[in-house]
Amino acid sequence: MRTWSGNRSLEVLTLDLEGEIFAIEAEQVREILDLVPITEVPGSQPFVKGLINVRGRVVPFADPRLRFGMEERPPTIDTRIVVIEVELDGDPTTVGIRADKVYEVTELAAAALEETPKIGMRWRPEFIRCIGKRGPDFVVVLDMGRVLSSGGRADTSLIWQSAPERRG
Amino acid sequence: MTGPHPTLVFRQEAAELLEHLEADLLDLEGVPDCQELIDGIFRALHTIKGSGAMYGFERVAAFTHHVETAFDAVRQGRADATPALIAVTLAARDHIRGLIEHPDSIDDAVGTAILARLGTMQDKSAPPPATAPPARTWRVRFRLPQDAMATGTNPVLLLDDLRTLGTATVVARTDLIPPLEEISPTECYLGWDVVLSTEAPKSTIEEVFLFVRDEMELDIEPIDPLDADKRLGEILVERADVSKKAVDAALAKQERLGKLLIGAGELSQEKLTSALAEQKHLRAEVRQDAGSIRVPAERLDELVDRVGELVIAQSRLKQVAHASRDVQVKSIAEEIERLARELQDTTMGVRMVQIGSLFGRFRRLVHDLAQELGKSIALSTFGEETEIDKTVIERLNDPLIHLIRNAIDHGLETDARRAEIGKPLQGLIRLGARHAGGEVLISISDDGHGLDRARIQSRAEEQGLIERGANVSDHELFQLIFQPGFSTADAVTKLSGRGVGMDVVKRTIDALRGTIDIASNEGRGTEVTLRLPLTLAIIDGLLVRVGRGRYVIPLAAVEECVELSSEEDARSRGRSFLNIRGDLVPFLRLRELFNTSTPADRYQKVVIVSSSELRVGLVVDQVIGDHQTVIKSLSKLHADVANFSGATILGDGTVALILDVAHLVEFGQVREERLKAAG
Repeated sequence: MRTWSGNRSLEVLTLDLEGEIFAIEAEQVREILDLVPITEVPGSQPFVKGLINVRGRVVPFADPRLRFGMEERPPTIDTRIVVIEVELDGDPTTVGIRADKVYEVTELAAAALEETPKIGMRWRPEFIRCIGKRGPDFVVVLDMGRVLSSGGRADTSLIWQSAPERRG
Repeated sequence: MTGPHPTLVFRQEAAELLEHLEADLLDLEGVPDCQELIDGIFRALHTIKGSGAMYGFERVAAFTHHVETAFDAVRQGRADATPALIAVTLAARDHIRGLIEHPDSIDDAVGTAILARLGTMQDKSAPPPATAPPARTWRVRFRLPQDAMATGTNPVLLLDDLRTLGTATVVARTDLIPPLEEISPTECYLGWDVVLSTEAPKSTIEEVFLFVRDEMELDIEPIDPLDADKRLGEILVERADVSKKAVDAALAKQERLGKLLIGAGELSQEKLTSALAEQKHLRAEVRQDAGSIRVPAERLDELVDRVGELVIAQSRLKQVAHASRDVQVKSIAEEIERLARELQDTTMGVRMVQIGSLFGRFRRLVHDLAQELGKSIALSTFGEETEIDKTVIERLNDPLIHLIRNAIDHGLETDARRAEIGKPLQGLIRLGARHAGGEVLISISDDGHGLDRARIQSRAEEQGLIERGANVSDHELFQLIFQPGFSTADAVTKLSGRGVGMDVVKRTIDALRGTIDIASNEGRGTEVTLRLPLTLAIIDGLLVRVGRGRYVIPLAAVEECVELSSEEDARSRGRSFLNIRGDLVPFLRLRELFNTSTPADRYQKVVIVSSSELRVGLVVDQVIGDHQTVIKSLSKLHADVANFSGATILGDGTVALILDVAHLVEFGQVREERLKAAG
């Protein structure tokens, strides 16, 4: 598992999934789009079920909600697509990520960053880059490379099995 | 100027020359006294020597000089192009290549040994070799005697003879033709000016006129070929058509010189036409070298990408224009559609390369393997002019080497064995290419003993690839040899190696979106056919709708579209096949395959597609129409998705998936066979 060991601050984009605040490293983010028509790919993993057109390029569309075992919800007026670029098996790949809401680009101070606790977490630790604090809230910084890299394969245990209750 | 480094240019040129040299040498083995080939070989050596010295490849120049000297003896008829000499020259050619590509690792002793072998074959008493005559340009002006036609001279034949000598530009001089009523049909009033670029000496040109020489006007003068930018005035003065003074006077007036001279009565229109033709010929001669340019492949790829985007934008424009009532917008959209289509064709054409350039490389491989294995082998090729995308050609090299090696090593019997079973002693390897629809078929066949079906089956059973005693079709069984590690040398002695590298072949062809067929006839030979798409970038597609989704079927694979009648629909719930003019064609309901939830259209359509001569019907809700499809590959996130070979962007900006026809056909056929087996 990768952990956060840097002592500098981290610039992130914060977004909402099912009422929880997550963050993606800002340097991975290419652009943020309003919802566009999604072409379904029959036979794909539900989590990467579609393709979108981003300025003439065909880009896979992933819904992290399904990756984290959340229910599929119809889009709302706040739904956005965050286009990110991550390395998958050594190849830089552009992916569109669905977010229920996008908040802001912010800086998480080095002092506010913690390593992922091994227990008591609802999310599988390998998906998490580190935990940050913004005021009273915790922010889970996602390791998008890992979230996506197993997305193409059959992997059903999406939620960390030994985490019985919601972190509060 | 920021061109490539000059040494790099030399390396590229030398690589091409060496390739030609090899091809010519191999050809020469078949026709040892073909002067044209000998001259070609000599010229290639000569050029390598010359430019090698110029770019500082001293060792190349020095070594090549000796080879050239030896070959000059052949050129002048003082020595014969024996197979031994050709073999040594081939070795010399490899040595030259080594000297150019990695000079540090090449031992001069090798070169000395080659030269020693060459030396023993040389004619010692020969005078020092003369250099090849460079091509010169001549101005040949002639007028036949008036009664020439009556005595049976045909000027057309004379002109044809001149043309065989080199590049000729012919202009007829018509100034002496009398008015119609005075023309006698048996007399020749025409004169000709021919500008001829040839290596032949003046005497050869004169020989053309040998039989009419006495009474005709004939004037043969050399023209300096380097003077391509010669001004018209200079040409006219040199030809004595007009005086220098008249030219100077005309030039002072600064108008088109030719027109001025005619206006001034100093020059006839015919003479001007002829002089202009000469100017054009000279310029063309120089331009021939600049007739092709080298462009880095990435730039071509970029160009293709841009054209792809243009095609997408254009199809959006088309859609908007279609909805608009503005006639002007419509006509502009049509114009742009035509231009985009032409631009696309041109761009694709630039990427197309004749496959002969690839085939040429294998002649050496066959030649060497034949010597190594002591088998006599003939290689015959066909369809060298078949064009295919450059990217595809480059990636075909390794698979073809594997396949040819396999055919020679394991397909062909030894000479002794062939004699024993009464086959012609010389084994035959055929390598060919042809277009079929939107695909290129490349086949490699041998007339050896064919695949040993029983052994493959028992081996596959041992490895657990198929069940024991299973009844497998030839097609399925032969595909097994592409399994990684299927055949190992010790396991199947007679077939050893069949399959070594075959999984690599399979992988490469898969990556090119191609397929492999194997046909084998025990005792009579094996034929491997590679089916490859013509291009990797843009295809014509048929747009169809299944539920809410739109999909593209490559048009080249589409045979026909038929309606699925309701009774056929009802009847075929259990077994899925259609009766197409007496043939039973299995079909797949794409709605079921894609888990479509929307209600089906009332009138379902079937698109019949084919791959590897097998047909399958694809049931869709609606056939929308043809669509220029720019192929975009799917990302790693969708690597596990079968049925689709890529995606494209439609006119309205949404993404549509491209169906993988080969996969669907296989899937449909397998399912049909299973249904049949189940009764």
